[in-house]
Amino acid sequence: MKRWLVALLVLGLSALAQEALKVGVVVSATGPAASLGIPERNTFLMLQEMLDRAGGVAGRKVQFVILDDASDTTQAVRNTRRLVEEGVVAVVGTTTTPASLGMIPVVAEAKVPMISLAASKDIIHPVDAQRYWVFKTPQTEELMARAIVADMVARGVKTVAYIGFNDAYGEGWARFFEAEAKAKGLQVVASERYNRTDTSVTGQVLRIIARRPDAVLIGASGTPAVLPQRTLKERGYASLIYQTHGVANPDFLRVGGKDVEGTLLPAGPILVAEQLPGTFPSKRVALDYIQRYEAKYGIGSYSTFGAHAWDAWLILKPALERALKRADPAKDLAAFRAALRDEIEATRNLVATHGVFTFSKEDHLGLRFEDAAVMVRVEGGRWKLERTFR
Amino acid sequence: MDATILSFLLLDGLQNGVVYGLLALSLVLVFAVTRVILVPIGELLMFAPLSLVWLLEGKLPGTLWLALVLGGAWALMARGRGALLPLLGGVGLFLLSLLAKGVPPLAYLAAVLLVVYLGVASYRVFFQPMRGATVLSLLIMAVGLHVAYQGLGLVFFGPEQFRPAPLLSGEVVVGLSWQGVLVLLFAALGLVALYLFFRLSLFGKALLAAAENRLGARLLGIRPEEAGMVAFGIASLLAALSGLLLAPLINAAYFMGFMLGLKGFVAAILGGLASYPVAFVGALLVGFFESFTSFYASAYKEALVFLLLVPALFYQSLRARTVEE
Repeated sequence: MKRWLVALLVLGLSALAQEALKVGVVVSATGPAASLGIPERNTFLMLQEMLDRAGGVAGRKVQFVILDDASDTTQAVRNTRRLVEEGVVAVVGTTTTPASLGMIPVVAEAKVPMISLAASKDIIHPVDAQRYWVFKTPQTEELMARAIVADMVARGVKTVAYIGFNDAYGEGWARFFEAEAKAKGLQVVASERYNRTDTSVTGQVLRIIARRPDAVLIGASGTPAVLPQRTLKERGYASLIYQTHGVANPDFLRVGGKDVEGTLLPAGPILVAEQLPGTFPSKRVALDYIQRYEAKYGIGSYSTFGAHAWDAWLILKPALERALKRADPAKDLAAFRAALRDEIEATRNLVATHGVFTFSKEDHLGLRFEDAAVMVRVEGGRWKLERTFR
Repeated sequence: MDATILSFLLLDGLQNGVVYGLLALSLVLVFAVTRVILVPIGELLMFAPLSLVWLLEGKLPGTLWLALVLGGAWALMARGRGALLPLLGGVGLFLLSLLAKGVPPLAYLAAVLLVVYLGVASYRVFFQPMRGATVLSLLIMAVGLHVAYQGLGLVFFGPEQFRPAPLLSGEVVVGLSWQGVLVLLFAALGLVALYLFFRLSLFGKALLAAAENRLGARLLGIRPEEAGMVAFGIASLLAALSGLLLAPLINAAYFMGFMLGLKGFVAAILGGLASYPVAFVGALLVGFFESFTSFYASAYKEALVFLLLVPALFYQSLRARTVEE
C-alpha cells in the first residue's frame, strides 16, 4: 500500500505545481529484488528532497513519480504505460533485467527515453529501433568478465575452471567469461554447473581439482555462492578463487566467514570508495553520494545498487538542462522527449559513482571497464581494494 | 577416475543418501498410516535450523507464532478435554522458547519440539478433517501446505542463507567431517530405533496395524487419528533432527527444503511408498547417483536424478494388480 501512498502524494503535489517536469521511476521496492530496489527508491526520495530545496532543474520544478513493480514484469510494464500516459519526460528503471526488457517496447512505442538500472547487456545491445530509446547505468557481466580475465592475465594464470549456477545468471557468466578467457589466451579446463538449492557440490569440485587449474571462477550470487568455495577449500584447493560482483553484499561475508577469505571479485568502484586512490575519477562523486545517503538513512546503509539510481540522475540532469534549451515540454512533449534522448546520447565523460559515462550511437552503456570495475579482495571479513585497471 | 576421487564421491553420496533415506522413511510411514504424501517434509526440515539460528541470536522465530496459531486452531477443533494437550503444549513451547533465547542446549531442544509440535498440529488442523478424502485431495492439500510453508519461511527468515556452528568441528579423515559422522550415526540410530519401535512396542505395532488395514485396526480399538498424529510426530522429529545436523554442512535457507524432500520422495517411490528397507536403499542409490552425475554431467544432474523415477514407476505399474481405493 505504501507505493500507492507515495504515488498519490506525488500525484497530488504535481497537480499543485502544473509546470513541474515529471520523471517516471519504476523500482522493485517489494518482492525478491527488494534488497536492490529499496536503496534505489530511497535514492530518488533523497533526490526529490534535494531538488525541492534547490528549486528544480534550470528553474523548472522536477517531480519523480515513483512506482513499485513488486519485482514483477507485468507490473513493471503496466507502471510504464501509466507513466507514459501521465506525460513523464523520461523513465528510470527498473531494478531487474526481465522487467526492464519488458518495458523496452512500451517506451519505444511512446518514444520516451529510458535509463534502466538492471545488469544484463541485452537491455542496451544491440542498439536497434527499440533500444534507440534505452540506456542503462549498471555494469554488464561482459564488462565484469573482462575485468576478471584482465586480473587473471596480470597474475600469470594459464588455466581456469568455471563453476556457476545452472540458470540464466550462471549461463550468462559462462558465455561471457569463457569467450573473454579464450580471447586472452587462457585455457578453460572445466565448466561445471550447480543449483542454488544444492546441498553438495563435491562431484563438480573434484572434477575441477583433478584438472589442476590455476584459478577458479564461481559464477553465482548471494550466499549460495559460498558452498562451492567452501568445498574447494575443504578438498585442498589452495590457488586463486574468483567470485562475481553478485556476491558483493554483507550476507556473503557473514555466511562465508573464514572460508571466503582471500576471495577476489570485480566490483563497482563505489564498494571500496574510501580506499580508491585520489586520482580515481569516480572517487569524489562516490564519497559524496555515500555521505548524503548515510546522512539520511544511517551509517553503513548505502549499497552499490542505490548508486546506480544516483548515476541515472547524474546523466539525466545535464541532459534535461540542455534539452530544455531546445524544446518546451509544456508545448510539445514529443519533441522534448526526442530532444532529451539525443542529449542523453550526447553525454560525454560524465563522472558518476560507478565510473565515467560516454554514450554513443552504438554504445548505450557508456562505461569503460578501466573506470567502472576494480578488483576487490576479502580480507578480515571486509572488502579491500586489490587493484584498479587504470 | 582414481581411487581417491571414487572414495570422495562414495562418501558424499552416502552422506546425502542417508538424509534422503530418513526423509523417505518418514514419507513411507506417513503415507502408510494416513495416505498423505507429506510434501512439506522439506519445509519442516528447514524450519528447525532456521528457528535455531533465530533463538541463538536471542530472537523469537516466526515459526513459533505459526505453531501457536495452528495449536490454537487444534484446540478449537478438539474442544473439551482434547484441547488440553495442544494448549499445554503451546504454552510449554512458548515458555521454552523464551528461556531458550541465546542458550544453545535449550535452543536445540526448543527448535526440535517446535517443529514436532508444528508437524502434529498441521496434521490435526489440515489433514485429519479430510481423512475420508481421496489420495489426490490429500496430495493437493500437502502441496498447498508446502507452498505456504516455503512462503512463510521467506517471510520469517529472509532470502539469505544461515550457517549454525557445527556440533562437532574438524575432520575425521579427508572428505569426512565429524559433523558428517554425526549425520551417519544419527541415521543408523534412527533406523534401529524405528525398527525396535515397530517390532517391540505396542504403539509401533498398532501403527503398523493401522497402516496395514485401517478398518481392522479400528475394530481392534486403534484410533486412526491418534495413529496419524504419531506418524506425523515421528516424521517431524526425524526431519527436525536431520535438519539440525545437516545445516552446518549445507547452509540453511528458506528454499533448501523442497529439493531434499523431493529426493526423499524419489527414494520413497523407488520403494513403492510401501517398503521401508527398499525406500532406504533407494535413497542411498539416489545419493550415489547424484554424486556421480554431479561429477560427470553437472549441468544435467537434477534431470538425471528425477529420470530415476521413470523405470521405478514403470516397474510399479507393471506390478500393480489392483487399483487401490
